[in-house]
Amino acid sequence: MRDEPLVLGIETSCDETGVGIVRGHTLLADALASSVDEHARFGGVVPEVASRAHLEALVPTINRALDDAGVKLADLDAIAVTAGPGLAGALLVGVAGAKGLALATEKPIFGVNHLAAHVAVDTLEHGPFTGPAIALLVSGGHSSLLRVDDLSAGVTPMGATIDDAAGEAFDKVARLLGMPFPGGPPIDRAAREGEATVSFPRGLTTARDLQSHRFDFSFSGLKTAVARWVEARERDGSPVPVNDVAASFQEAVCDVLTMKAIDACRHAGVQTLVIGGGVAANSRLRAMAQERAAKHGITVRVPRPKLCTDNGAMVAALGSHLVAAGRRPSKLDFPADSAMSLSLIGV
Amino acid sequence: MLVLVLDTATPAITAAVADLGDGGIELRAQRVTVDGRAHGELLAPSIDAVLTEAGVKPFDLSAIVVGVGPGPFTGLRAGLVTAATMSSALGIPAYGVCTLDALGAATVGTVLVATDARRREIYWAVYRDGLPGTPPKVAKPAEVAIAIASEGVLRAVGEGAEKYAELLGVSAEAPSFPPPIEFARLAADRVRAKAPSEPLTPLYLRRPDAVEPATRKPALAAGER
Ligand SMILES: Nc1ncnc2c1ncn2[C@@H]1O[C@H](COP(=O)(O)OP(=O)(O)OP(=O)(O)O)[C@@H](O)[C@H]1O
Ligand SMILES: [Mg+2]
Repeated sequence: MRDEPLVLGIETSCDETGVGIVRGHTLLADALASSVDEHARFGGVVPEVASRAHLEALVPTINRALDDAGVKLADLDAIAVTAGPGLAGALLVGVAGAKGLALATEKPIFGVNHLAAHVAVDTLEHGPFTGPAIALLVSGGHSSLLRVDDLSAGVTPMGATIDDAAGEAFDKVARLLGMPFPGGPPIDRAAREGEATVSFPRGLTTARDLQSHRFDFSFSGLKTAVARWVEARERDGSPVPVNDVAASFQEAVCDVLTMKAIDACRHAGVQTLVIGGGVAANSRLRAMAQERAAKHGITVRVPRPKLCTDNGAMVAALGSHLVAAGRRPSKLDFPADSAMSLSLIGV
Repeated sequence: MLVLVLDTATPAITAAVADLGDGGIELRAQRVTVDGRAHGELLAPSIDAVLTEAGVKPFDLSAIVVGVGPGPFTGLRAGLVTAATMSSALGIPAYGVCTLDALGAATVGTVLVATDARRREIYWAVYRDGLPGTPPKVAKPAEVAIAIASEGVLRAVGEGAEKYAELLGVSAEAPSFPPPIEFARLAADRVRAKAPSEPLTPLYLRRPDAVEPATRKPALAAGER
């Protein structure tokens, strides 16, 4: 039982209500309810709208996951829940709901880090991590390079964005190009129809930047450059080649992400690169990472796109890992921590 | 019949185990902790404590009774979602009680019941001999003073009335927060009749602020390392 813990994971840090069930590294269910459509007209997630939706969706989503997995609450070894980081009110719904489940079933509960869960989820796809790995975590709120030796013990940050996150850049540029929220998927699609004809800036890549920010990222200059380029076109009255702009922007982001990720692997002498977070769903990022890593004998691990964006399975995966590692469960009074530091895997 | 009572619609984080016997309703254990910012932290340990103190296992419970507000959103949801997952996991019904009803239930005469809605507003309703005379609303104390002028209100209860007694023009009396036993009393008929479980619809009374979308803050800024 301890090697293959049966764990139910709850995720409510943003606009997705996710409930996943795993047995060890095997995914049994991944139920999701999203309030994304309710936020679309605001061009971003409205926290109170997300929190209200989580309250309505949580119990039905838990029941759907249990049905899909064909297990009963009584069978579980533990319950895991995202304790942070994320939107405070949204997190609290999942945390309080998970505690209710733990109280009712008298099962242990693990409050876990959402970002570590974005990394852990690949174990459901490609099995346990066998040695040290470098993780490229690229999501709506984060862009970080981490060294992962033992996920249950913690991660070591190597670098992070100094301004916008990669996903945030996708969302802002999409808005600029008149595409819906969230912007990653429509840019990914448009880019496939276009060509990277414009050379947009690659943040923090000059020789000087590399001295002080070797593993850090910056995407706000890129976003501004795209905005200026589009404005100039509009001022001229010439049409904006949306697909080409999308492809060029995406190329710039993926270029920097993969370049720095592989540099981090080589610097650390690590053979495995794992990519997680919503932007890891990007088709160009996946292809470019594989291509460039292969040249250096580095193996890329990235889960299927559906497991890259927020979901409950990733929380269950990390929870299961912590149970198997013999980590002590969280106490019932742990808070939802909207700014939870990556130095904490669990609470 | 053993019932778990929860309410997080006010700063008083409330958990209790009530016993609905033939002779009446009795509280076996209760925890009321006043902390406006710690509903997510304190509710679950309070539940654990009252179950232990009452010597009750979760599976011994027949129902869960929860305050559905009105109350500040985030805290309110902590109680509702806890009640919802517990009732689903235990396969027992959950019943909602308006938090103002519980606060006003033991009052006599015409009384204003008011809780703090933050932003210098109160959630309020008028009760006559413990029964609701007006529907729950949210408003500024000065507006409530005008609204109740013709109701013949002599007294007020609740933290919202204490805080704004001067603006409201009525003197405030105890209790400040809803007594746990009143939730059990107000749901007793439903519990005894084994009425179907209810959808626990929160009384938000305010629309979400659809202002700027959340700005993202990385948990790990580059300089933090
Ligand atoms: N195919 C794609 N290409 C690029 N970006 C994508 C793609 N699919 C999703 N994204 C981006 O991923 C982000 C959402 O990722 P995720 O759900 O992990 O973020 P989050 O949970 O909101 O943030 P965080 O995990 O940092 O708290 C959005 O910014 C979205 O635009
Ligand atoms: Mg995420």
